[in-house]
Amino acid sequence: MNIEPINAYFNGETRTINLGLHGFAADIEKQGAEVLQVNWQPPAEILPNLIFTRDGVSIDDANDTACQRIMDSGARLIGMGLAREVIPGMREDMILHAGPPITWERMCGPTRGAIMGALVYEGFARNEQEAEKIAASGDFTFEPCHHHQAVGPMAGIISPSMPVFIIENEKFGVLAYATQNEGLGKVLRYGGMGAEVYQRLHWMDDVLYPTLARAIDSLPGGIDIKSLIAQALSMGDECHNRNRAGTSLFLRAIAPALIRTQKNAEDTARAFEFIINNDHFFLNLSMAAGKACLLPAEKIKGSTIVTVMARNGTDFGIRISSQPQTWFTAPAGRVDGLYLPGYGEVDANPDIGDSTVTETAGYGGFAMAAAPAITQFVGGNPQMALDITEEMYEITHTEHNAFKIPAMNFRGTPLGIDIRRVVETGILPQINTGIAHKEPGIGMVGAGILRAPQACFEAAFNHFQEKFCSE
Amino acid sequence: MPIFTRILKNQYHDSVALMLATRESKHLVEITDAALMMGTEVNKTLLKQGGLYSPEAESALANDLIIVIKSEGDAARVLDQAQALLSAERTQDERASTKASTFRSALRARPQFNTAVISIAGAYAPREAREALAGGLNVLLFSDNVSLQDEINLKKFALSRGLLLMGPGAGTAIINGVGLGFANAVPHGEIGIVSAAGTGLQEVSTLLARQGLGISQAVGTGGRDLSKAVGGLMFMAAIDALQADPTTCMIVLISKPPDAESVDHLFKKLSNSQKPVVLCLLGADPPAQMNPNLYFTRTLEECACTAQAVFTSSNIDEMCNNESGDKPVREKLANIKGNFKVDQRYIRALYSGGTLCYEAQVIWQDELADPVLSNAPLFADLLIPDISTCSGHSALDLGEEEFTVGRPHPMIDNELRIERMTQEAADPRTAVILFDVVLGYGAHPHPAEELAQAITRIMENESQKEHSIVFLCSITGTQADPQGYEQSKAVLQNAGVIVCSSNAQAARMAAFLVKA
Repeated sequence: MNIEPINAYFNGETRTINLGLHGFAADIEKQGAEVLQVNWQPPAEILPNLIFTRDGVSIDDANDTACQRIMDSGARLIGMGLAREVIPGMREDMILHAGPPITWERMCGPTRGAIMGALVYEGFARNEQEAEKIAASGDFTFEPCHHHQAVGPMAGIISPSMPVFIIENEKFGVLAYATQNEGLGKVLRYGGMGAEVYQRLHWMDDVLYPTLARAIDSLPGGIDIKSLIAQALSMGDECHNRNRAGTSLFLRAIAPALIRTQKNAEDTARAFEFIINNDHFFLNLSMAAGKACLLPAEKIKGSTIVTVMARNGTDFGIRISSQPQTWFTAPAGRVDGLYLPGYGEVDANPDIGDSTVTETAGYGGFAMAAAPAITQFVGGNPQMALDITEEMYEITHTEHNAFKIPAMNFRGTPLGIDIRRVVETGILPQINTGIAHKEPGIGMVGAGILRAPQACFEAAFNHFQEKFCSE
Repeated sequence: MPIFTRILKNQYHDSVALMLATRESKHLVEITDAALMMGTEVNKTLLKQGGLYSPEAESALANDLIIVIKSEGDAARVLDQAQALLSAERTQDERASTKASTFRSALRARPQFNTAVISIAGAYAPREAREALAGGLNVLLFSDNVSLQDEINLKKFALSRGLLLMGPGAGTAIINGVGLGFANAVPHGEIGIVSAAGTGLQEVSTLLARQGLGISQAVGTGGRDLSKAVGGLMFMAAIDALQADPTTCMIVLISKPPDAESVDHLFKKLSNSQKPVVLCLLGADPPAQMNPNLYFTRTLEECACTAQAVFTSSNIDEMCNNESGDKPVREKLANIKGNFKVDQRYIRALYSGGTLCYEAQVIWQDELADPVLSNAPLFADLLIPDISTCSGHSALDLGEEEFTVGRPHPMIDNELRIERMTQEAADPRTAVILFDVVLGYGAHPHPAEELAQAITRIMENESQKEHSIVFLCSITGTQADPQGYEQSKAVLQNAGVIVCSSNAQAARMAAFLVKA
């Protein structure tokens, strides 16, 4: 045992935080010493106090390791490829979706719509009616993106022919994948179907993909997405529901290479226009970067840090570092937000998408204070944004050493959701998100914020306690 | 009589603050009975048992405050009166408060903190202690009712991070001259103390202080630290730290009856100590062989005088000879002794400090032929069968859980002791009522005054019955304590109490009075 810190303590000045009897604080003050009284509130429930696992692993030490690995991770865009060729375990008869595993029968409208749309886009079906039959037939396998080192926003559909970005976390030798962002409105990821959706996807395959891929390939180190996230956080983005700065920064980083590698100026110009007109283009890169950073934090013995948080529009699911194969799920929540004209709450599908990878990796809703404009979706103000981030520090293990919030005196963002803290405090992770129409084929109807459901954290906590802690 | 109930949503108050307010409100003219409590299920049951339940109380949740008043008066007025008692408390509170509602937010606001004092209910305390340790704070865990497993885990966790976890049930510590919890104003000095017995630490540090000797650091470890299960985790770590501490020239170790295995382990650890170590392990036997730097003592008083002798390089036997101190008191008591009736034969000791209760029992082992029964006995066969009535010699630790459920500790509230003094005084077999008065930070603001008033009342009653009882006490405190040693002593003496110079002397004098 190292007693040096205790000796250092003995040589210092006693500065006390008092929790409980106020008289103790008053008496310390009387002695002329520094003291701060905490206005403590008892929790609703008394839970087992998890400190060590049965094997004697310190949970806080394990969480230190998990968070350190997230922070030590890099995330570089090093290339692109077709899903069938680059995503591990991808098959011709497979379609990936957002969130935890789910059967066709239980899938929500937007996910079904996006799958039907993808089948038509791939040419497996001539129209949506046929696509629905094929999807229900069992001929295709549906698996979570997260089972394949990939992430997808909203319905999160990745079919074999889709081009994907490849993000490399060099330090830990892992790769993560995400598709190109289609834009807002009637788009496949929101469950949109129809000719305009497929036309856009095909243009993205035929023009945007090769244009971008050539440019990325020409850059020796690729593009450092983690660094772009850090910069965007100081420019009003939280890199989940607001990606205006991130998209601009990305375009700035790739522009010279786009021109140097162009086949014809019109394609380059259209690629520029497509990115410029889609403030969310950066989202998929931000998400894949988050996934690349989170993957090395999996499989840490004794860690209670959340490494996956994702929704499929029916269920909300999480996975924790020490149990990386197990999903803990609860019904997906209702989003509180603003709707596009003509739509309202009745049209909204429950919470959906893998984009909560951003909150899991220490930005998104957790960096709300960096993006106060987002609170307007729920009639909030900049103070609300600060309050939300402030609250997230209560449930996270540490603060990010690379992602800083200017408005909070450049404090690191809250990083590493600890299921113990979530369950003990009852404070639930903040999520910023888009809203999809609940019926297949319509698309985006709004955007807003919500909290993750408590039940999946409770399930994870109980499982962890029983499996690793209780005698 | 009508019962009025008021529910205040989401108004958390500490249970001790509520108990004190409950007591205060019962003193108000119009109020017959009162209860101010949080709306937990346990408390609702208590309301039912106490005849203060109304259907309105049912709606209260654990974070809601319930105020129930039994009164013939106007409902709104009496409820307001009771509520005002709490807000008075609150205004005073907020002076020292900021917005911090958790350790994490407090630490973020001011990262220079290095210490946490935790005194919330035991069920909630381990989690907060873990948070404090995770935030890098050394912890004084005052709370009781923390499970053994939680204690072991917290201590291991603390040591893995190079931190002290003092407690659970640690009443006292003095770190860098700052008294935490129940602690006395003692001078800063060169004697380091590690104690698994809170009032033991207070008694020894004040006896030393009254001789002008000061403390470098005093670490309380909680009463269970030297148990077999905990194995002295914190005790050993604190000893290591004091051995390495340049300010500390000498170490004093104090414990209630410890586990034999832990004692072996302790002596092994101390076998090559270069610094002198004075031990007081109440009820334990000295080892056959000892490092000449070790001094084994049997009582807190002997511990203090031995430490003084070693520290000042004086002769221990001379320094520890109590005869000169005892003689004048004994002479004074010899006269009173003759006034006892034939049946008046027993000592009734009513302690607020648990270690003092043990120390007295150690002394009476030698001094008294008859057994002394206790709720905190030195040996299991001396356990008192019924804590509500005493028959022979009895030593009660009123700070033990069986007495403190639902009421404040006797060191911060004298009511229980006064009730019990009244009860024992009414027993014709009682000759001596012995008690301790603990001064210092955390303790009652004027215990001597309250106890003296009560004793005056009791004596007035008793004198009518022509049966004289001797009230004997010692004061654990210093002149620098907020209550003042000399003032407290004078107040008690004016009420006819014999004030001894130490708890050990008080125990010896009590024995002298009842011996044939």
